[in-house]
Amino acid sequence: MPATPAPPESPQESPGEAAPLLTMRNVSKSFLGVRVLHDVGLDLVAGEVHALVGENGAGKSTLMKVLAGEHVPDSGTIELDGTAHAFTHPKQAQAAGIGIIHQEFALLEHRTVAENVFLGREPTRYGMVDRRAMERRTGQLLAELGETGISPRTYVRELSVARRQTVEIVKALASDVRVLVMDEPTAPLADHEARLLHDLVRRLADRGLGILYISHRLREVFELSGRITVLKDGRHITTVATAATDTDAIVRAMVGRDLSAYYPPRATADQGGEIALALRGGRNRRLKGIDLDLRAGEITGIAGLQGSGRTSLARALFGAAPFSEGEMTVGGRKLRPRSPREAIRAGIALVTEDRKGEGLALRQSVRDNALLVTRAVPGQQRATAARALADLLERVRLQARGGPDQQVQFLSGGNQQKVVIAKWLAAAPKVLLFDEPTRGVDVGAKAAIHTLVRDLAKEGLAVLIISSELPELIGMSDRILVMSDGHLAGELPAGASEEDIMRLATGPAVEGSDAA
Amino acid sequence: MTTTTAPTPAPYKRLTAALGTGIPVYALLVVLLVALAVTDPSFYELDRFLAFVKRAAPLVILAAGQYLVIVSGEFDLSVGAIVTAGVVVAAELYGSFADAHWLVISLALVLGGAIVGLANGLITTALRVPSFITTLGMMLILEGAVFYWTGGSPKGVLPEDFRALGRNSAFGWLPWAVLVCLAVGAFAVWLMRRDFGRTLIATGDSERTAALSGVRVHRVRVLAFVLSGVAAALAAILVGGFSGVSAQAGRGLEFEAITAVVLGGVVLGGGRGSVIAAMAGAFSLQALFTLLNLQGVSGALESTVQGVIVIAAVGLGAANWSRIRRRSHSSGGTPS
Repeated sequence: MPATPAPPESPQESPGEAAPLLTMRNVSKSFLGVRVLHDVGLDLVAGEVHALVGENGAGKSTLMKVLAGEHVPDSGTIELDGTAHAFTHPKQAQAAGIGIIHQEFALLEHRTVAENVFLGREPTRYGMVDRRAMERRTGQLLAELGETGISPRTYVRELSVARRQTVEIVKALASDVRVLVMDEPTAPLADHEARLLHDLVRRLADRGLGILYISHRLREVFELSGRITVLKDGRHITTVATAATDTDAIVRAMVGRDLSAYYPPRATADQGGEIALALRGGRNRRLKGIDLDLRAGEITGIAGLQGSGRTSLARALFGAAPFSEGEMTVGGRKLRPRSPREAIRAGIALVTEDRKGEGLALRQSVRDNALLVTRAVPGQQRATAARALADLLERVRLQARGGPDQQVQFLSGGNQQKVVIAKWLAAAPKVLLFDEPTRGVDVGAKAAIHTLVRDLAKEGLAVLIISSELPELIGMSDRILVMSDGHLAGELPAGASEEDIMRLATGPAVEGSDAA
Repeated sequence: MTTTTAPTPAPYKRLTAALGTGIPVYALLVVLLVALAVTDPSFYELDRFLAFVKRAAPLVILAAGQYLVIVSGEFDLSVGAIVTAGVVVAAELYGSFADAHWLVISLALVLGGAIVGLANGLITTALRVPSFITTLGMMLILEGAVFYWTGGSPKGVLPEDFRALGRNSAFGWLPWAVLVCLAVGAFAVWLMRRDFGRTLIATGDSERTAALSGVRVHRVRVLAFVLSGVAAALAAILVGGFSGVSAQAGRGLEFEAITAVVLGGVVLGGGRGSVIAAMAGAFSLQALFTLLNLQGVSGALESTVQGVIVIAAVGLGAANWSRIRRRSHSSGGTPS
């Protein structure tokens, strides 16, 4: 006869002293048939800061949304203080004592701090909102956090990002949370603000809250957390005590996958054509002094985590969110574009990451989209002739049933992207910037786009590729620049490893030296 | 995946593609014209029919102008007031310069219409006031100014040579108004095939995409308002010739124009629809009014009918739209 059933498997060892406050077991979740979480487990002890790390798309945010009742898991259990919960709505999670601080704040700007803190559960007196009680209670909560410099009567719109975040935390505390989830809380903060937040997080943990801390910045993870859990591709990789590991081990756990896809061979002759675009000291609100050379015939890859300034750099080069300082030379001519139009005239093109919102006029035909740039900015070579248009669409290997008259909204993601590329090729650019060139594109179209991009470089275009997909970046780039916190953290040669990239990308973000 | 090259589309498909979102309005127009023939067999005698086109001409011209604004994603509610103001200003100008050539007065009106359109456009784009509010305000401003200026009953008359355009015929049989209408229609069609027209629609479809493709979206929109103002001035010349001076000359025309454009299947919010269909919408509306008139329905009900049409056209358009989208989405596309 078989033995007695084994006791329920705990996903990982928790530090012995206390029973876990929160336990999540075997959580799975699929969207549209794509499994984004595979049997993920996690536990949290009261008074602990537990860091959750992983690459973009590793499943951290999804897991936290399951915990917060925003997504209903396909399977798996959540236990809080030994009681099993099955949340189907954020309110239930909130009532059970789970608070979540999202990257985007959910505050009403035109209401006061107190009104935001008590939104939806205002204290009443004789059926009227008791403003005084509300403000008093908010004041107490703020005072418990130490010197915050926030008055309950201030309107949220008058507060800085850091202070808004504090309001979010107070809002969570007001509903007696015991588990506080913080999703990349320091991403929008300046260094000194981040340090204040770290202090606050430690104090909250000391008060007995369990804190789940999601961050890309490994340095702060090592400063703050007691344990670290690594997720990758929707799976639980490891949970370790922070004291027993180091940055390299965590980075290895975060990446380390095979470079399996096929990428077109690089140009054999060494690169280093003429400099098509040169930038010195490029700065604006998001970028801190960038030096960059893009050479004809070369593909430059830009790596970096979300919020590192990759997209800001592309948009600044293209004049969509211009540099406020710096010198830029395009094709030997000095020009710092202040608008996309100026950039286009200088021969710069940008394939944005938001294809549907910024790349295409969805209800227009393939033809109208492909010719949009040449029509908007005349005085360039034009592809209006039917022949030239056909060549162009052939060139990008567009497959559209309705031919050039087909509305682009009915094309697949890959073919839509090809139309966007055709739109820029029609204007015969010299510098092509790609922000996530193959996001949401199927495998076949992906390979076609990769080949096309490599061919364009061979023909003498200077190409810049931003991608969150490291294999794509490594496979395509002749050299890789890594961004972190608005500046270039380093340059790596072709064929650099994912570990090298991640090490630079997660590098020191919070320097504690200057104002300790 | 849906990325297959299918055989060339069947002929009927090519036809529907060419007619686009205007199919319902062309069908409606045919039905109305047949109904008119049945109700009144003499309707298709040449002079009767031309008289019908002549009556429709101001609305058709207004619809063409309104189309440009709507397809770029905006509204122009000021055109009716521009028509009224144009008629009254013309009469006042003749009061001061009785010997002025009709062409000079007409050009003055067109210039005035362009200036009002320019103001609408600049306020909407540069100051970011929603065009609904801008042009509503402009309508009230012009109506008030006309009322103040004329004391409610405009004086002066329009001389015969000025009124000829709205009233008389070339070669004794072809009304000038019909020729003006044809010219405006041809110009609008030509314009929509030019770079300006294509970038205008793209702007209405996605302003961000257009701006990031180098389109000067403000300038394009301002130009649409200017052209709408010019169209309104042309309509004023025809209306003044046709029905003479009145402080009510253009009352309600803005809503008739919008109704016509919507009836033509042009999507409110911009980015979709053809100018020919919009003008067909104007003819349909005029045909409907004529039909109701012949059937003995009170003219007082015209605005009621118009209200029903506008709601029905937008409602049906929206319903159709979401169904088409859902169908095509379920058939392909990768989640991003």
